[in-house]
Amino acid sequence: MKKILSVKNLSVSFETYKAEVKAVRDVSFDLHEKETLAIVGESGSGKSVTAQSVMRLVPMPPGKFVGGSIIFDGEELIDKSEKQMESIRGKEIGMIFQDPMTSLNPTMTIGKQIAEGLIKHQNMSKKDAHARGIELLKQVGIPNPEKRINQYPHEFSGGMRQRAMIAIALACNPKILIADEPTTALDVTIQAQILDLMKQLQEETGTAIILITHDLGVVANSAHRVAVMYGGKIVETGSVEEIFYNPKHPYTWGLLGSMPKLDQHDEKLKAIPGSPPDLADPPKGCPFAARCPFAMKVCGEHMPEHYELSDTQKTACWLLHEGAPKVEPPEFVNVGGSKVNG
Amino acid sequence: MVKTKEKLIEIKDLKRYFKIDRKNILKAVDGLTFDIFKGETFGLVGESGCGKSTAGRTIMGLYQATGGEVVFKGASVHEKKSKKELKELTRRMQMIFQDPYASLNPRMTVKDIIAEGIDIHGLAKTKEEREERVLELLETVGLNADHGNRYPHEFSGGQRQRIGIARALAVNPDFIVADEPISALDVSIQAQVVNLLQELQHERGLTYLFIAHDLSMVKHISDRVGVMYLGNMVEIATSEELYEDPLHPYTKALLSAIPIPDPQVERSRERIILEGDVPSPINPPSGCPFRTRCPMAMEICSQVKPDFIEHKKDHWVACHLFEGKN
Repeated sequence: MKKILSVKNLSVSFETYKAEVKAVRDVSFDLHEKETLAIVGESGSGKSVTAQSVMRLVPMPPGKFVGGSIIFDGEELIDKSEKQMESIRGKEIGMIFQDPMTSLNPTMTIGKQIAEGLIKHQNMSKKDAHARGIELLKQVGIPNPEKRINQYPHEFSGGMRQRAMIAIALACNPKILIADEPTTALDVTIQAQILDLMKQLQEETGTAIILITHDLGVVANSAHRVAVMYGGKIVETGSVEEIFYNPKHPYTWGLLGSMPKLDQHDEKLKAIPGSPPDLADPPKGCPFAARCPFAMKVCGEHMPEHYELSDTQKTACWLLHEGAPKVEPPEFVNVGGSKVNG
Repeated sequence: MVKTKEKLIEIKDLKRYFKIDRKNILKAVDGLTFDIFKGETFGLVGESGCGKSTAGRTIMGLYQATGGEVVFKGASVHEKKSKKELKELTRRMQMIFQDPYASLNPRMTVKDIIAEGIDIHGLAKTKEEREERVLELLETVGLNADHGNRYPHEFSGGQRQRIGIARALAVNPDFIVADEPISALDVSIQAQVVNLLQELQHERGLTYLFIAHDLSMVKHISDRVGVMYLGNMVEIATSEELYEDPLHPYTKALLSAIPIPDPQVERSRERIILEGDVPSPINPPSGCPFRTRCPMAMEICSQVKPDFIEHKKDHWVACHLFEGKN
């Protein structure tokens, strides 16, 4: 599959009165056509800042690019002017946000908000844009689109608003759709609808999706590949099978152990002790070292390199160094997916 | 974990309505009947707007009931009481809130936040005793002694939730309503707080009403689970039974909608995707509240509201599919 986005050694910081917060540190990943890449991590792990950097939506100042590059379709996005970015945002790269109520304009009808991009990027007439808007609303499963298109966001329910957002983001057939916690504010039954819709639309349009989430269930449902972020760094990447059935990073183990299993009971959750590092003063070595049950002396002093375990799986952990003691993943990690019973 | 099935709380046809304007009434809780046994965790799940938080607050007496009754240890919660009786009741029932940022007074030190209940109820005779109790509580919830002199803004979300738990425990309650206590927290921190709540229950014999929308976490922590939809209880069963043999079509849909962190399972799973959204509780559907989204809806569902019946032992359901079949 063709690579359409390549992020290399990206570092983004924020200047605050206290210190420079190093939100994203040396992050690299690729995105291919037609795939869904999930970026998982806890709040403050840098996943949203990474995505916003691709859209160049990080406010600067206080934010700043410290280093790295973002190559989209052979072009460097970091060097683009605001004006040049405007022709990429919404046209080549679309984005949907967590809270559809605050990210839609309350004073504009849904139809106008869809038409905006179509008129700007595709030089459509108002009439054509309106017709296309109705088509798009139908495509995202909004009943009665002829009537709905003239309504305002407050007349929509949460799930409907998120559908409308997806319609806006997909209006110009972007090559990449960035979905930042698209279902976090929604109820589970609505979440299931939206995840289904995103998968179906991806099949129809071939859009690559960057899915940002903290919910491993959503990842298992929708992603092809996964990048696990912690403390501003990607600690492990791999195919969805590798991450769930053959994870190598202790943080990934911890995340998997923290989730309750519906089909098991009366077991204590395997909580990760402690809390994430302060990125105003990030640890010198591995960001997870302070909470890692397997941490060695080297972990606190040097950041491990990314060990390539397969074509797709890369893990940054000193345990994979040949000199390190062999550590087996904890029992609850479903190695090989063998415990699956339907 | 239920050894003695002693009823701690009986909830009988509890209703809580809110008046919107002259014509409209929002029926947030519309006739709940269930018991909570001593020492158990009763989980209450449902989507946003189903009335689960209102139910929790009404059971605590934070809201007056529009109808029905809550009996706590033989005495009605909503009946008029003397100041002394009311104080004793509030000491026995405590609450942990969802938002650990909004539920701690930012201008009080952690020590004073935790000790507020102790002071009000006069549970410490001397300053030294008060100090000692606060330290003990901080330790119980996994915080350090020197955390006591700090202010809430100096803590992370998970730590704040621990402070909220310590505050609730300070007055030695029997019953704690935990309203979405973990949904504002990160996954790895959620597990810490849930484990803490379970340990405390073991040590102190607490009874929990655990309100959440996350069915997998509710299943993990609860002995029994009640599923709410639009102000009504649609199903109650032990958490294993509810997962293994859900009866109500809504419970089935809710269970099937939870994404499971296992890609193979996710791919092979058949999902019941519900159409549409939850109807407005101001103008709820006639008959069964779920019928507008129910894949099994029959004619009778729009005409008659199904009774809440015990279909199997300890497994209650309100659905016409099961009426007259037990």
